[in-house]
Amino acid sequence: MPVNVEIPVEKWSGSVRLVKLGATAAEGGTRSRSVTIGGETSLPFLGFEGKVPNPPCVAVEVRATNPAEDWPPPLTKAWGAVLGDLAAWTKAAEAAGADLIVLQLTQTDNAGERMNGPKARAALRTVLQATGLPIIVLGAGQAELDNEMLVAVAEEGAGERLVLGPCEEKNYRTIVAAALANGHLVTAKTPMDVNLSKQLTVLVHDMGMPLDRIITDPTTGGLGYGIEYGYSVMERLRLAALQGDNMTQQPMLVTPGEEAWRTKEARAGEGVPAAWGDWEERAINWEAMTAAALIESGAEIVVMRHPVAVARVKQMIAELMKA
Amino acid sequence: MALSGLDIYKLLPGGVKPPHPKANCKECGFPTCLAFAMKLAAKQAELSACKYVSDEAKAKLSAAAAPPIRLITLSADGRKVEVGNETVLFRHEKTFYHPTAVLVRVPDTLPAAEIAALAKAVADYKVDYVGMALRLDGLAIEAVSGNAGQFAEAVAAARGACTLPLVLVSEIPEVISAGLAKTAGITPLICAATEANWEAMAKLAKAAKAPLVVRADSLGGLAELTQKLTAAGVEDLVLDPAARGFAGSLQMLTQLRRLALKKNFRPLGYPIIAFPYLGTADPGLETLLAGQQIAKYAGFVVLGRFNPADVYPLLVLRANLFTDPQKPIQVEPGIYPINKPGPDAPVLVTTNFSITYFAVANEMESSGLPAWLLVADAEGMSVLTAWAAGKFDAEKIAKTVKGTGVAEKVSHRKVVIPGHVAVLMGELEEELPGWQIKVGPREAVDLPRYLKTAW
Ligand code: B12
Ligand code: SF4
Repeated sequence: MPVNVEIPVEKWSGSVRLVKLGATAAEGGTRSRSVTIGGETSLPFLGFEGKVPNPPCVAVEVRATNPAEDWPPPLTKAWGAVLGDLAAWTKAAEAAGADLIVLQLTQTDNAGERMNGPKARAALRTVLQATGLPIIVLGAGQAELDNEMLVAVAEEGAGERLVLGPCEEKNYRTIVAAALANGHLVTAKTPMDVNLSKQLTVLVHDMGMPLDRIITDPTTGGLGYGIEYGYSVMERLRLAALQGDNMTQQPMLVTPGEEAWRTKEARAGEGVPAAWGDWEERAINWEAMTAAALIESGAEIVVMRHPVAVARVKQMIAELMKA
Repeated sequence: MALSGLDIYKLLPGGVKPPHPKANCKECGFPTCLAFAMKLAAKQAELSACKYVSDEAKAKLSAAAAPPIRLITLSADGRKVEVGNETVLFRHEKTFYHPTAVLVRVPDTLPAAEIAALAKAVADYKVDYVGMALRLDGLAIEAVSGNAGQFAEAVAAARGACTLPLVLVSEIPEVISAGLAKTAGITPLICAATEANWEAMAKLAKAAKAPLVVRADSLGGLAELTQKLTAAGVEDLVLDPAARGFAGSLQMLTQLRRLALKKNFRPLGYPIIAFPYLGTADPGLETLLAGQQIAKYAGFVVLGRFNPADVYPLLVLRANLFTDPQKPIQVEPGIYPINKPGPDAPVLVTTNFSITYFAVANEMESSGLPAWLLVADAEGMSVLTAWAAGKFDAEKIAKTVKGTGVAEKVSHRKVVIPGHVAVLMGELEEELPGWQIKVGPREAVDLPRYLKTAW
């Protein structure tokens, strides 16, 4: 006698906001296509209860400054010579499967001199010419410099629907104003807290930024270094979004690449326990696992670094989208 | 799910229709049946205090008190794993209690010597993570050969090499029976009963007093089998929903967890076993699928192979997700001597967040350099988090330096603070007169080099 079991479906009243990155020629930019994220009406990948209209995206990080000194060999080896050539690196990132390109700005250039507006502008120009993918530009983490660079970048890429960030509670006005003036989007970054995330979205929105041009970065830790805090905050944000809490409905961007590659597990090849296993495999696993856990807790964009980890996470997303 | 006081009342002498003659007799020590029901719901009274409850009501009440996901135990010679008894869908709602058991597959087609070596490697695998020893939980021996004799030999080889809990994997009852003959004295998990073999498997499970996996590819199929098996007297069950890939596994396991917790649907209130290697042929993806299943909602995960570079991140993910969100993992504040420090050894301060403490302590220990490590009570927060929350300020650091009595242990007056809180330098000089405040590097990895050059 077959038993009839009713599938337990949650009825959600809210959904994740749709956000479109990049503008094609028809839309006033030069991108070969735009990318839409968000729109989910269920928890991640639960096709039996709602729609997941757009797959999460993998954004691959490139820089105008060669990071070879700072990045460990498993990462530098994978990219090889392109690390010193922004255009070539961008093309390689696209070939590696990137859906989006992140131009990560730095505090100094290759000569060790301070970066500035004109240099950031030139870097963006190079990336725009090297790829047709939508572009995210992230600051170097120093407010004054970031404002200078992001304003220049915003002007240079006017009309491209770039994403500029991170806007933080202490520093968002200049970036938001530049994005507004030039038709771009922003990321709003807060330290792993549902209420802070909502508040910053409100502040950015109050400046006139439409909600469909705001992406939230709830911040995360790497695997073993606080990922559980980010994971749970993202689950809470997503539940709130589906329950209809308007200011939690922005798509989420997180940076597992940066977090994973700062851990000792990814950086250290010698003097570590044998139980850690092969360095390269472990390091790639560290990044891929961090990204995967965050995607399954609700991320729409993961910013990543290693081409093998990128390919693996893309495959995982394709599998999950079969739902 | 727990019954409310009113639900319970409806089963007591005063609440049934028609009421029992003894309704509200006060013999239980409460003025009315309703008052007694409220106390029962609050777990402040025992049902046995009322002599007039019907047997039917007793059965209903004890069933409702049982956990919505049954606790299943596998044991072998002292090592055991327990899974189940979970109460929430999301860790922030409370916590996850029983970490997913991670096991490694052993095909019985391997030569006996290889089986023994693999079993030993899995059993010996141990990795330190913030002071916790992370380990694998067992072996799943699979009768790939389909041959009873060969399977028995494989089980014997594994048993000879380790004391890990075992899963015996075959759908052929004779093969399982041969394996069970080699597991006397331990409690393995039998995998699996299906629509075709469940009667024979039930007999084996009962005789061996072992839990049994139920395999079917639909919720209805699983529920039907668990009901047949419980009716046959096998109560310790584990579910294998046979949805192997990323999407299928996520959906099926989510549905099972919801049915157990939100609907209190008894026929599916059991832990789940997952086989990520059956969901993908790519070893890298297998590790990600295993991670998904640890997060969403497997009780047992069987890995297709043993590779430390895959196992370590999985065990760390498990440790992270099963940490109680209300209690960050912390160490005791105080003074920690590292590498037998003497009076001239450096003094370092950090916080009592486990990840922070071990990042520094491990780095120092492996460098061989002696030091006095002072751990401030920062309520289990990392350096910057604690600083931002006002739990690791100049006052707190000064209090730690004074409170630990390090001044009596060293002949100098120098203390190194983390590079991330360099801004505290000035204030700290005021709080700690006579001490020289030194700003260390930002990351613990750079500490040994810093101490060699700048101390
Ligand atoms: C996880 C986390 C949390 C978790 C807490 C985890 C915990 N138990 O501490 C939660 C979510 C609770 C949290 C909360 C907050 N957080 Co917080 N959080 C983080 C995060 C993501 C990681 C921190 C971490 O665990 N790092 C890993 C540990 C090991 O690092 P560490 O302690 O610094 O130790 C390293 C070094 O300092 C060094 N070291 C340690 N000791 C010593 C000693 C010596 C002598 C030396 C030389 C070196 C050294 O070695 C270690 C390894 O290299 C960071 C951002 C980031 N990615 O870093 C933000 C961050 C620390 N948080 C921040 C903030 C603002 C907050 C909140 C105030 C937000 C709020 N208003 O709610 C709250 C405060 C807490 C509260 N009021 O309850 C900010 C701090 C900004 C600043 N500079 O002021 C950060 C930097 C995020 C940001 N960019 O905005 N946070
Ligand atoms: S013992 Fe208590 S619960 Fe039982 S019938 Fe009497 S009053 Fe009611």
